[in-house]
Amino acid sequence: MSVLSTSKRKLLLGLSLGGWVWSQITHAQNMTSGRLRSMEEMLRGVESYPRALKTPLETKVKLYIPLLADNGNSVPANVLVDSAMTQSDHVESLYLLSQRNPVLIMAHFHMGPWCGRAEVNTRLRLAGSQKVMALAKMSNGNWHYHMAEVIATESACVDASES
Amino acid sequence: MSLQMNARLTWPQNINSGDVIKLRLLIQHPMETGYLQDFTGHYIPRNVIQWVKATYDQREVFHVQTSSGIAANPFFEFYLKASVSGLIVVNWLDDLGNEGELKQLLPVK
Repeated sequence: MSVLSTSKRKLLLGLSLGGWVWSQITHAQNMTSGRLRSMEEMLRGVESYPRALKTPLETKVKLYIPLLADNGNSVPANVLVDSAMTQSDHVESLYLLSQRNPVLIMAHFHMGPWCGRAEVNTRLRLAGSQKVMALAKMSNGNWHYHMAEVIATESACVDASES
Repeated sequence: MSLQMNARLTWPQNINSGDVIKLRLLIQHPMETGYLQDFTGHYIPRNVIQWVKATYDQREVFHVQTSSGIAANPFFEFYLKASVSGLIVVNWLDDLGNEGELKQLLPVK
């Protein structure tokens, strides 16, 4: 007595086997290393971020990052803040936060009116596909942010970041 | 342990007083995360740059706190309002306590 025909059974077996193999491959490469942090967790991880503020504003910061990065070892990131960088209106702090990396704060730039221009370029190291957040503290106490998604087909920390 | 740490800082050719210039800083550093193994299966100890600071005419103009989330051979591009010819001094410190320094004179017309 068989409910499934042989070909269907083979197909199911093949699918489940394929799924298992795929999960092993992704595990080996640790493309999902670490857990994805929620936005709240990311914000709480920044010490100077005010506890009372639920979400920062989304108008002034722009984070440019490639949508597809071959690997997470070196991903160029450009942050541009809409600020005149004068004595009365400038960016004080600029954070680059990762959703998945073992270390949340990738970089923390201290800025001021001497910069003349609120822009920073650097190269990030990412533990797989995730969203990256640029968070800026302005001199008037406002916080602004921008999140950008990046797909990294290979993680920068291939083995032990999970443990 | 001494580690070869070179750095390079570049800026535009002709700088006039009052210009906002783009500086590009590249530091030679492995930025070991501590999560990777060598060929014998031993973990390579964590060694990342903790901070990079730059002063221009003895005033701090650039300061970044970095972690393992910055790629090996850290690269930064930042902006600076140039006023007078002055010395730019870049300093950095890594987990092993190695301190690096780069001094360069910024010529302003």
